[in-house]
Amino acid sequence: MELDKFIQHFAAQFEDTDASQFTAETRYKELAEWSSLMALSIIGMVDEEYEAKVKGDDIRNTQTIKDLYEIVKSRM
Amino acid sequence: MAYLSIPNVVVRGIAVCVPPFIDENSNYPISEEDRIKLISTVGVARKRVADDSTCASDLCFNAAEKLIEELSWDKKEIDCLIFVTQTPDYILPATSCILQDRLGLSTECYTMDISLGCSGWVYGMSTIASIVASGFGNIRKALLLVGDTMSKITSKEDKSTWPLFGDAGTVTAIEYVAGNEGFKFHLATDGDGADSIIIKDGGYRNPFSGDSLKLQKFEEGIARTNLSCYLDGMNVFSFAISKGPQSVNKLIEKYSIDKDSVDYFTFHQANLFLNEKIRNKLKLEPEKVPYSLENFGNTSSATIPLTMVTELREALTSKKLNHIGCAFGVGLSWGSVYFSTDKIVCPELIEY
Repeated sequence: MELDKFIQHFAAQFEDTDASQFTAETRYKELAEWSSLMALSIIGMVDEEYEAKVKGDDIRNTQTIKDLYEIVKSRM
Repeated sequence: MAYLSIPNVVVRGIAVCVPPFIDENSNYPISEEDRIKLISTVGVARKRVADDSTCASDLCFNAAEKLIEELSWDKKEIDCLIFVTQTPDYILPATSCILQDRLGLSTECYTMDISLGCSGWVYGMSTIASIVASGFGNIRKALLLVGDTMSKITSKEDKSTWPLFGDAGTVTAIEYVAGNEGFKFHLATDGDGADSIIIKDGGYRNPFSGDSLKLQKFEEGIARTNLSCYLDGMNVFSFAISKGPQSVNKLIEKYSIDKDSVDYFTFHQANLFLNEKIRNKLKLEPEKVPYSLENFGNTSSATIPLTMVTELREALTSKKLNHIGCAFGVGLSWGSVYFSTDKIVCPELIEY
């Protein structure tokens, strides 16, 4: 599992935020487009692309895309 | 593994009763942006809300009276009544006992309550079918009453629950028919997710106290007491997108069901975004997957029979159909059922 690919999948869930805005250190919940439904899209993306489970607390307790990547990686 | 194949039972009819009051989500006091999302993405435009004096049992009672009449069933022949709800009349006695008497059923009736929510109709079908089949003809007719008044256990000031849930009561009429193929099930549980959907106070772990009535504000638009339902939408979503499709696939594989021969896949109406994810994972055509979410919201245990009656009534009453029903939620508890219907009795939606 690659971080770059994860960031690409992550960015693909967003419609109004430019892909260039997404890096490993992006504090994703601070993005203007972030919402509770966006959280579901991310959970759905991880389920589809990595067959791993992300829970509510994982979203609540992580800040950056890399934080979330590490969780997904540990569950694969 | 909880796979069940229960022969010698058939569904004879389904009826649904909802309260007449329609609560439009377009009137719900949230931002315009949130409201658009609620209606287009979550998929709930409006739902029914019961008045203070109407319980889930009242809705189910009215559905049952109408169905018994249209089936021309003799009440003396109904020897089993099961009521599935998480909004009973009282803590005790069991509401099913009250319903047995109200409906004028025989005192030789097997009667019980089951406390399950979203998965309740599927579990209820497995229980009632097992009992009827084990009677080997001693119980010929049986009623599965399933319904909830979620409006009574959700906070109006909680945007994560109030706009989503609606009220409904249903009845499914089951008959013993020797030689019939019956129903097939996959059923499962994961109590590790018990706190994902929970009412914290008012049971015996956290008995009702003065503090139970305190309105707590968690964030903008989310305030509730510990007597109202808490929903961790992210946990439930994460659970359901994997377990829902998995359960349907397990059922299909276990019993070698020809997927193409299934006319309708009726899912628990959780929310449109989640349900469409499940439909896409299972690669099901939209025509085979009915929705009642837009007009009735998530009615907890009642969603599957409600969706069948409001969306498939004409087909149910005129054709032979193969169905898969799949439900998932509070518990966490989930399951799927395969069954057929052949021109069943389905009164139009009842209001009470």
